[in-house]
Amino acid sequence: MNNESSTGVERRSLDDAPVRVVSARVNLGTRLRNLLSRRELLTSLISSDIRIKYKGSALGLFWSMLSPALTLGIYDLVFSVITKNGYPDFALYLFSGLVVWNMFFNSVISATGVIVDRAGLVKKVSFPREILPLANVGAAVIYFFIQLGVLCLFLLVLGHSPAWSFLWILPISFAALYLLAASVSIVMSAITVYMRDMRHLMEVLLQLWFWLSPVVYSYENTISLRLHAHGIAWVYFLNPITLIIMTFQRIFYVSTNVNSTQIPHPVLHILPSWPMSTYFYLNASLLGLMAIIFLISLTIFGRLEGNFESEL
Amino acid sequence: MTTVIEVEGVSKQFKIHHERSQTLKERLLHPKSGSTEVFHALSDMNFEVSSGETVGIVGHNGSGKSTLLKCICGVLQPTSGQIRLRGSLAALLELGAGFQTELSGRDNVYLYGAMLGFSRKRVDGIFDDIVDFSEIEHFIDTQVKFYSSGMYVRLAFAVAVNVDPDILVVDEVLAVGDERFQAKCTDRIRTFQEEGRSILLVTHQADQVRSLCDRAIVLDGGLMVANGPVQESLRIFREHLLEDAVELDRTGLRAEISIDSVTTPSGSFDVRSGAGIHLDVNMTSHLAYSGNFMMEIFTRGGLLISRSDAQGSPVNLKPGPNRVGIDLAQIPLLDGVYDVNVGIVDHHGTVIAWREQAASIQVTYNGREGGIVELGASVSQ
Repeated sequence: MNNESSTGVERRSLDDAPVRVVSARVNLGTRLRNLLSRRELLTSLISSDIRIKYKGSALGLFWSMLSPALTLGIYDLVFSVITKNGYPDFALYLFSGLVVWNMFFNSVISATGVIVDRAGLVKKVSFPREILPLANVGAAVIYFFIQLGVLCLFLLVLGHSPAWSFLWILPISFAALYLLAASVSIVMSAITVYMRDMRHLMEVLLQLWFWLSPVVYSYENTISLRLHAHGIAWVYFLNPITLIIMTFQRIFYVSTNVNSTQIPHPVLHILPSWPMSTYFYLNASLLGLMAIIFLISLTIFGRLEGNFESEL
Repeated sequence: MTTVIEVEGVSKQFKIHHERSQTLKERLLHPKSGSTEVFHALSDMNFEVSSGETVGIVGHNGSGKSTLLKCICGVLQPTSGQIRLRGSLAALLELGAGFQTELSGRDNVYLYGAMLGFSRKRVDGIFDDIVDFSEIEHFIDTQVKFYSSGMYVRLAFAVAVNVDPDILVVDEVLAVGDERFQAKCTDRIRTFQEEGRSILLVTHQADQVRSLCDRAIVLDGGLMVANGPVQESLRIFREHLLEDAVELDRTGLRAEISIDSVTTPSGSFDVRSGAGIHLDVNMTSHLAYSGNFMMEIFTRGGLLISRSDAQGSPVNLKPGPNRVGIDLAQIPLLDGVYDVNVGIVDHHGTVIAWREQAASIQVTYNGREGGIVELGASVSQ
């Protein structure tokens, strides 16, 4: 009864109800507003995504940890034990970078085909289509936090403390990571509708991307000198995920809180010898850049989604 | 009254690709293969729907009605023009399209509700009503992949009509489920109407439009050919549907002659198949007129069964009330309800007076033939 009366009030005030416009061009502000107004759908999709993945498996999320754990173990074995790269606590270095990379990889690889896979839904139900790739990113964020939890356990077991004074940069870096993963996921999901083999191409590209990022090796003591010799060290930093990975490594791997490299530290040469302010400025600029890229990706998606219905 | 749907100059063109490559590899290898053709699915649509109105959209396959509906729901973007919507909209384009078969019915109710744009709290409040309506209490926690197609559709319909939308868009979905569930859906739609909500209904079935809608829009080849009272629109729809049938010239309707009612001596329009029926047509004329009497019989699906010869049955009307009797000596039709249209035409075949669905004859049939007409075939060898 209560329900009925409240809806009755709503119907009477339909004159003031917001007007939604369906047209060929929807401007960016409207797109963002539509996205925000459907947060609830986003959370529903994320939770159903996770539930479907682990339905019927008693160990549930444990399986999602198995693959990263195996990757970590293998890289540690290959680089630390077999090739003896000599990095102290190499597993920790790997883990700090892999947490970031896995979040990016899981988002993009699952979002690339999502519009094609959910064609039945896209052709029949109206909702902002960006929500589909964003739900994949959301699921990757959940795994990210679980892995981050495992990483913290790892630190505790090893008796290794993170660089507490740098910790406040982590949210900025994570926000940049989220926007990067979301932008790539949104654009790729739309392009795949027109070029179905994008999925395979993406697998190859992501592998290449992985080796261009300092996850299993250190930029500082490998290619840095050679690039510096040619004066093109900045090229390496065109890869936006590099800075994010380095920030995570700085926070979780290098426990020293010192602001500069004046005080010698056994592991500091593995990472750039930047003071805290540099980390902050770089991450803050990256976040700003990623925000712009995110808006561009929404615009590209908007241009491409007009023909989804007939291409699917 | 508030306008809830405003369609302004909406056009939609599709590019039809012939042997279009859908991969990057093919595009690189054959950059210029395939030709493209532009298909105009909708051309310059303009109409409005007010709150509380039920509007039917009819048209045969390929007329653009589904495209129009998809544009209104926001699934498709029009090529040009715009659609303005006021209030929440629930669309039943294909029942259960949003279901995740791996999840339970309960989870799907929430997910589908969210997809239609309704909050979790709102779905919480009506969850029991949804389950009640769908009649699948025992299976609500079962994965949807184990549902029968009937259960699937019932659950989807139950969500859409219970989430309390301001506008309900229905596309030929009332043809699903058993007869009892269909009746329940129709009932629910009537409740919606009484509550003053707007409904947009796309259908092939003329009788559905007639029984539910206040107004009908007829589409043909992407153009809107009619937008007006149901009877008038259905009339135009039939003429577009039956292109081979002679089109009646309806420009000469005259106000002086009106057809008031069609009655039978017994008052009943029920007839056994093979039996006859006598109909009396009561007319009022304000002038003396001699023309021809005309009658059409349609199935409820809108199929013309018979149209009498426009030249064959002269009638002379005198000023005042007139009565014309029609004897249908033998009705060989099978079970069903048949609509009778009657009218007066002049000597050139132009319609002077007309009454759509002046009577509905209910035929009962006990034989074993199927279809619409009994031919009494006997087989010999």
